[in-house]
Amino acid sequence: MRVLAAMSGGVDSAVAAALAVEAGHDVVGVHMALSRNRDQFRTGSRGCCSIEDAGDARRAADVLGIPYYVWDLSERFEDTVVADFLSEYEAGRTPNPCVRCNEHIKFEALLDKATALGFDAVATGHYAQIVTREVPGAHGPRTVRELHRSPNDAKDQSYVLAVAGPERLARAMFPLGGFASKDEVRAEAARRGLSVSAKPDSYDICFVADGDTRGFLQSRLGSRPGEVVDVDGEVVGEHDGAYAFTVGQRKGLGLGRPAADGKARYVVDVQPATNTVVVGPAELLSVDRIAGEKALWFDGVLEHEPDGWFDAEVQVRAHGAPVPARVRAAGDLPDMPGPALEIELTGAPLRGVAAGQSVVVYRGSRVLGQATVSRAWRAAAAR
Amino acid sequence: MIVTTPPPGPVRTPLTASGAHGEPTREPDAAYLDHAATTPMSAAALAAYVAEAQRTGNASSLHSAGRTSRRAVEEARETLAKALGARPSEVIFTSGGTESDNLAIKGIFWGRRAQDTRRTRVLVSAVEHHAVLDPAFWLAGHAGAEIVLLPVDAEGRLDLDALRAELAAHAAETALISVMWANNEVGTLQPVRDVVRAARPYGIPVHTDAVQAVGQTEVDFAESGVDAMTVSAHKLGGPVGVGALLARRDLALDAVLHGGGQERGVRSGTLDAASIAAFGVAARHAVECLPQRAARLRALRDALVARVSVAAPSAVLRGPEPASGDRLPGNAHFTFPGAEGDSLLYLLDSAGVQASTGSACQAGVPQPSHVLLAMGVPEAEARGALRFTLGATSTEADVDRLVTALPQVVARAQAAGLVSGRALGGAS
Repeated sequence: MRVLAAMSGGVDSAVAAALAVEAGHDVVGVHMALSRNRDQFRTGSRGCCSIEDAGDARRAADVLGIPYYVWDLSERFEDTVVADFLSEYEAGRTPNPCVRCNEHIKFEALLDKATALGFDAVATGHYAQIVTREVPGAHGPRTVRELHRSPNDAKDQSYVLAVAGPERLARAMFPLGGFASKDEVRAEAARRGLSVSAKPDSYDICFVADGDTRGFLQSRLGSRPGEVVDVDGEVVGEHDGAYAFTVGQRKGLGLGRPAADGKARYVVDVQPATNTVVVGPAELLSVDRIAGEKALWFDGVLEHEPDGWFDAEVQVRAHGAPVPARVRAAGDLPDMPGPALEIELTGAPLRGVAAGQSVVVYRGSRVLGQATVSRAWRAAAAR
Repeated sequence: MIVTTPPPGPVRTPLTASGAHGEPTREPDAAYLDHAATTPMSAAALAAYVAEAQRTGNASSLHSAGRTSRRAVEEARETLAKALGARPSEVIFTSGGTESDNLAIKGIFWGRRAQDTRRTRVLVSAVEHHAVLDPAFWLAGHAGAEIVLLPVDAEGRLDLDALRAELAAHAAETALISVMWANNEVGTLQPVRDVVRAARPYGIPVHTDAVQAVGQTEVDFAESGVDAMTVSAHKLGGPVGVGALLARRDLALDAVLHGGGQERGVRSGTLDAASIAAFGVAARHAVECLPQRAARLRALRDALVARVSVAAPSAVLRGPEPASGDRLPGNAHFTFPGAEGDSLLYLLDSAGVQASTGSACQAGVPQPSHVLLAMGVPEAEARGALRFTLGATSTEADVDRLVTALPQVVARAQAAGLVSGRALGGAS
């Protein structure tokens, strides 16, 4: 197969490319340039988007003996991932830019261009597994593609990949899917003489310098002073822009005086219409109902689940634990983009589930579907 | 690093020298259509390089080892001067075209301003190589220079009236003029003699970057009347890393590199005798072979242009009409509407055809060519540029390979352009 290896400059994508080469594929390395002004992206060797990273990717491609290109996807990145990041925060929601990057950049812009150029698949260094299975169908057996968690729990990235959906993942390869530890991947890199073998992992948002999300939002959205109120509507502080606050946030609230009961206060709501941040006690963050929008289901999930509620597990953040739930695909609901998803948690409630986050539905290691959280609440104490 | 296993990937057959009289070597199994980027080193140049590199000796040392090196350098200086219509004393060896351009732009600017502080204007054509443009704009940022970008027509040819008007208004404040001999992207031959004629009444020095011209078209330093000229070895069958600035002895030229005072104090640094010797051999050979080679390249290029327009009817030829004679004989340049240059490049490379977008990259990302933009080509169309440049080793089989691959390459690149939505040149 002709395989495009997306090479960030990190160790994972370098080893993924190496494995694709060794599997006998005709591999070309491509590094995505995602910033128009690359100086604004963080420097140092921690990321995937700096000049140093592009150089590391080129060096790895050289060692593997494969062609290497840089594709300028900076306009698309700005128009989709960065624009979504800003508008979601402005709307009082909590976006996950890595999910949006997979949705719009890696498994759309990159994948579509690769396909047009004649590539059969895009290989990335993600930790997740694609499993193909023959299932009986109305018109004879057919192949379904399932997305599964990596055996490496700490690194598993199925949560951020689910958004790509089954059709796009049919053209994806995750050569690291079976690796149980990052150390193993580093050892593979070292064995091949790849100089990125000891490169530190990246954690921060690539376009936010120094991990300062609030500073980035302020530089792009400007200062918009407003009030911080408690759940009774009493003004307890001021802020420079409600967009910079996230439901569940505790630090950086800048409240002058302590709450009457002396307990810690959290952001429990962000109201963009009035530029107001609402704070309250931790109990208000507990939810057991979640509604999702833009729901997407993997092959065969809805056909094989009985109409209505089914049992599964849900995960609401990248490295969160899955919790048991009853789930229902609700079709299109008014005021909600795309098909909806309803979730009732059947175990302990979750804390700090904000609109804008992704919710992924699992059964064991298998991804059943995913959606974007539109609302989360406590059934017992309906607001 | 200890390597215990050979690195994976294709192992290239070592190049072997072939041909007794300097016929260059080439990589097998690929059509190399990028001679404007660099040329294969001729066997004679390689032999001269190796012979000199095996010797120990600093050309500035006074003992016999030094004298031997000095002799190789001076012979090459004479050879180069003769090939280019210059006197040996006018040859300043450098590390290549970029250094020569930097020395000319900065050195003449400083030298002229030292004579008269009003001289701050630097006139350069809008289609110069970055090795001229960037030092000029550096002077603007660091030394109070004012840069005047002289416009060009739709074929990339200097607007002489604009130059004359500029000189009529600002001659007293003008430090220098730099107009290339031939453009590296679209191959346009510039009216350098007319530039000299316009500048001479005002006594303003003219520099020309002739890196692409030598070996492709007749270049005579003295006859051209320019005050300084950049040449480079690896564009004419010599090694990378050596070039020269030809500079008249009466030119006010300050040094850029200071040190041991080599090259009449204008360019310090131990002379690279091996590279210089190879440069001399390559230059002589390139100039001796010029008439036959230019005719052969012109015929091959004309066939390439004709066959590309059949294989890819949407292709738009950029630069002067080949028949006009205003174009380097080995240069062909097209834009492909709706396609991005890097897609075309990748697809051709995987089909064994090596070409170039012709323009500079920033961190690996091809930028729309400033040359095409100066010619009035819209940015979206400029993104779909491909340059094919022929040289000594080019054959009809190379052109065959290109036109065989081209229809599918262009179709695919245009499909990718539609998906990426960036090359909006009206995909057809």
